[in-house]
Amino acid sequence: MDKERMRSPLGGALGLGSAKDGVEQWWLERVTAIALVPLTLWFVVSIVVHMNSDYAAAIAWLQTPLAATLMVLLLTALFWHTALGLQVVIEDYIHSGLKLPLVIAMRFGCFVLAVAGILAVLRICFRS
Amino acid sequence: MASFTPKRPRPLSPHVQIYRPQLTSVLSIANRVTGVVLSFYAVALVAWLFSATAGPQAYSTVHDFIRSWFGQILLFGGTYSFFLHLCGGIRHLLWDAVHGFELRTIYASGWTVLAMSAALTLITWAASMSLAG
Repeated sequence: MDKERMRSPLGGALGLGSAKDGVEQWWLERVTAIALVPLTLWFVVSIVVHMNSDYAAAIAWLQTPLAATLMVLLLTALFWHTALGLQVVIEDYIHSGLKLPLVIAMRFGCFVLAVAGILAVLRICFRS
Repeated sequence: MASFTPKRPRPLSPHVQIYRPQLTSVLSIANRVTGVVLSFYAVALVAWLFSATAGPQAYSTVHDFIRSWFGQILLFGGTYSFFLHLCGGIRHLLWDAVHGFELRTIYASGWTVLAMSAALTLITWAASMSLAG
């Protein structure tokens, strides 16, 4: 049987059914995960190497173009991935009316932290 | 007198506490728990960057905390959580690419995740300790 006929004409007119972007969140969680593999490994290695740096050395390291660029990319991918992951956790365990406000608050929090972190890197980077 | 128990209690399917923990289920929830834990470390990362913008005094205050025994325990826990989530995440990416779904392979990759995350944590700490001198 033709699949088209399973839907009522009114349903078709109102555009019911899949919005066709349901896979977006799942996909972006994977893409940000792939980006985070090299970025987080770079960060861990850098922290190990600069473990004993004093303040001036740490600032000098963050002011290098490579470190500043990777740090901004790390913060972007990290909080993007965090927001997507925490949203799944909230949606899995919170079934009350609190679900949507929590997801929105969590997303705001992730955006605020990402922006604050990136601005901190830029302030260090462009400090004369 | 009204009873609070329903006259015909509905059957319930067995929930998570009835099952014996297995490597598969333990690693599944571990990946989620470490993900939530790591989001707190992401907040700490921003706090560390803020201390760097604030100046040497704030930076050394944060570093003194990291160097305290409590800070070192937190850092060690964060390192292990990170590597467990990283290795578990790579295992998930391989599954997403439709690889390693045989039961034998699932257990082999599960033990590999445990061994690799422990080894990477120890290597990272050994490297940082040897560099610290």
